[in-house]
Amino acid sequence: MATTSLKQLCEMPDLLSGGHAACPGCAGPVAIRQILLAAQQDDTYVVASISTGCMEVSTTVYPNSAWRIPLFHSAFENSAATISGAETAYRSLKKQGKIDKKIAFIAFGGDGGTYDIGLQSLSGALERGHNFTYVCYDNEAYMNTGIQRSGSTPKGAFTTTAPAGKVEPGKRQRKKNLTAIVAAHDIPYVAQASPHRARDLMNKVQKAVATEGACFINVLSPCPRGWRYAPDQTFQIAKLAADTCVWPLYEIEDGKLTINYKPREKKPMLDWLKSQGRFRHLFTPQNEHLVEEIQQDVDREWQRLLTLEAMGKETAQ
Amino acid sequence: MAELLKKGQMKPGAVAEAGSMARLNTGTWRTYCPVSDLEKCNHCMICWLMCPESAVQVEDGKKVGTNLQYCKGCGICATECPVDAIEMKLESEMSEDEKKG
Repeated sequence: MATTSLKQLCEMPDLLSGGHAACPGCAGPVAIRQILLAAQQDDTYVVASISTGCMEVSTTVYPNSAWRIPLFHSAFENSAATISGAETAYRSLKKQGKIDKKIAFIAFGGDGGTYDIGLQSLSGALERGHNFTYVCYDNEAYMNTGIQRSGSTPKGAFTTTAPAGKVEPGKRQRKKNLTAIVAAHDIPYVAQASPHRARDLMNKVQKAVATEGACFINVLSPCPRGWRYAPDQTFQIAKLAADTCVWPLYEIEDGKLTINYKPREKKPMLDWLKSQGRFRHLFTPQNEHLVEEIQQDVDREWQRLLTLEAMGKETAQ
Repeated sequence: MAELLKKGQMKPGAVAEAGSMARLNTGTWRTYCPVSDLEKCNHCMICWLMCPESAVQVEDGKKVGTNLQYCKGCGICATECPVDAIEMKLESEMSEDEKKG
């Protein structure tokens, strides 16, 4: 029986070694370790693919690899296509009686490789319904090349390609709601998680791995370099994201939405914006209206989720 | 596939040995060093779970120390520790004995 008990997990083999080159305080390796620990249990083995991105360049510095599972890196745009091929080969081999191991297929991608560059290969794999889990670790910009804006960068954030100055207020556009786009594929399991709530994340991974068909988990991965905060604050920032409802933790099982964490008191967006240097320029008279807009965007999405959850409960009755 | 590789009919891509980054030393990145008070520690394993570097050493379900070969000194363990058993100290001012603690 798959477990998320820390006392048991810490006795299990560590599937992502130390010595990798991620920046100090990066949440990415923490999320990946939690995911691998949750997935590779009992008689299940993990085979993964990873698209180009922070986690790929930092954990697979040639000629070394930090991963203790079979991992395939092909290119930026095709993590989902790669795992589709591996999963199809596995099904064929199983049919021929050449393999009897139980394998969980996981595709990893950053927000650049998922929200932007890899979106069509992800959409294709979801539509074909391969039996795999796609995990996006979302650090909200192209961080490994030095903080360029992506479809995931939130409104008002500074990046090197959406700079903040006298004229520009940082990124002008809203963050793409990828989890909703993926949910629109009507796949059996979609979730949004964060590594500061490890048990929640690991439960979601175990559900996804146990579910037949394509599953998707979007994991927030705070980035001290790109978000401009002290590296020890990573999980405090992740917690704040959940408390301000910037990053709601929820799951959609066969179309039924459940919110897994509702803050007792929803914190104002100001707390979130003030916690990171990438929003520093918003607190000038010329950009003040943006703070209000950002708050409205977040409130609207939170309200949408609450409504969907209530609708699911009504139809169940 | 191994046969095809031997015959030279198939060229492998870049294949890296699993977990081989474990022999690298990222401890040189560190400015601040975590010092754990193991008497205060309640072995909740939160630091083990939250450490990005897999640097928290555990034996028989108990924390025994920090692997300074990997620790980059980010300070997440000290911030997340629920009983304040970890202190970040400026490494240049520490003696070798202190680091072991």
